Amino acid sequence: MLANYGYSDGSGTYYITLDTDKCDGCRDCVTACPQQMFLVEPDDYDDDKAVIKEAMRKDVKYLCAPCKPTAGPRELPCETACTPRAIVHSW
Amino acid sequence: MAEQKPEFWRWHEYTWRDEGKNWKDYEKITAGVDIGSVSSKAAIMVDGELYSYSLFRTGSSSPDSAHKAIQGCLDGTGMTLDDIKFIVGTGYGRVNVPFAHKTVTEIACHARGANSMNAGVRTILDMGGQDCKAILCDENGKVQQFLMNDKCAAGTGRGMEVVSDLLSVPIGDIGPLSLGVDREPPPVSSTCVVFAKTEAVGLLREGFNVAEVLAAYCAAMAHRVVTLIQRVGVKKEFAITGGISKNAGVVKRIEKELGVEAVEIAPDAQLAGAIGAANFAKDLLAKQMARAAG
Ligand code: SF4
Ligand code: SF4
Repeated sequence: MLANYGYSDGSGTYYITLDTDKCDGCRDCVTACPQQMFLVEPDDYDDDKAVIKEAMRKDVKYLCAPCKPTAGPRELPCETACTPRAIVHSW
Repeated sequence: MAEQKPEFWRWHEYTWRDEGKNWKDYEKITAGVDIGSVSSKAAIMVDGELYSYSLFRTGSSSPDSAHKAIQGCLDGTGMTLDDIKFIVGTGYGRVNVPFAHKTVTEIACHARGANSMNAGVRTILDMGGQDCKAILCDENGKVQQFLMNDKCAAGTGRGMEVVSDLLSVPIGDIGPLSLGVDREPPPVSSTCVVFAKTEAVGLLREGFNVAEVLAAYCAAMAHRVVTLIQRVGVKKEFAITGGISKNAGVVKRIEKELGVEAVEIAPDAQLAGAIGAANFAKDLLAKQMARAAG
């Protein structure tokens, strides 16, 4: 399943997509994210999967800003930490 | 004495039961309870067939609303809460269904419910009281992708209730009225509840009539959710669940903008979450029984 967390507003579209088919619940993203946005919890089928904390979903643009350089190549701590490549940012 | 203002936003609460069935003839009795921010729904299934359901307004307490919804399904049947072998809770206040054996996310329940009501359904747009979600599922009703706008409550039932009250139009009349206009003002730029009020008043002042303002509001709501669905993509069949599915003014405009017609899901698209939850309960009960039989 592709779970999209975030929002779109007048300024753009800000979604963090978590692919639950790839996520193995390793928690590396939980440790890597400086803003502590990830949580690993059992999903509807009792498998441990990463999610973005509910209260943070409406602020992803601002919370992630420090990780995102305005120019040049970027390496997001969450995407880099996730070996199965389950995390993708839309912006 | 001031005359009491009629409650234009108030919609119809009801319960239904299959009089042709005697629940005692069935083995697997399961239920789903879906507590939304605006409405509370419950459904009871006997061996996977729908037996009774109810729809009420959510009160200030979620546990009380959950009890009221399930009681609506039980009343007159002779069945008690203890006769239900497995109950799944879901919805906005899903942690607040105190008698549920398990909770399942509303995304999973809406997909499962809509797909069980019409097996062809692959895309679900859930327009609830306080949020709106686009969901893609497979042929078994299992979620493949979902997306909601966590920031903006555009396209929600609560917003529609506010507009109904502001313009003194009964909630059930908004759709038909909004479709009967010859000209439409430009869509209100904001479907946010607070700003919509100001904009609606502004349009009235500019000389647009009530029906035209409703048309503008429905069009804006439709446009906002269409951008949401387009991000996940539309696979046929397409169904709309939740309270707004009953507003033809919004539904017709979504269909037009998407170029896809929404299929009907009987008996009531507002029950999809509760029916999906009752389906999950059926599977979970079967698992439990298999384990017990060991
Ligand atoms: S690092 Fe990737 S695989 Fe590990 S829990 Fe996070 S999302 Fe899942
Ligand atoms: S970009 Fe940075 S702040 Fe945003 S989720 Fe990834 S690690 Fe966390």
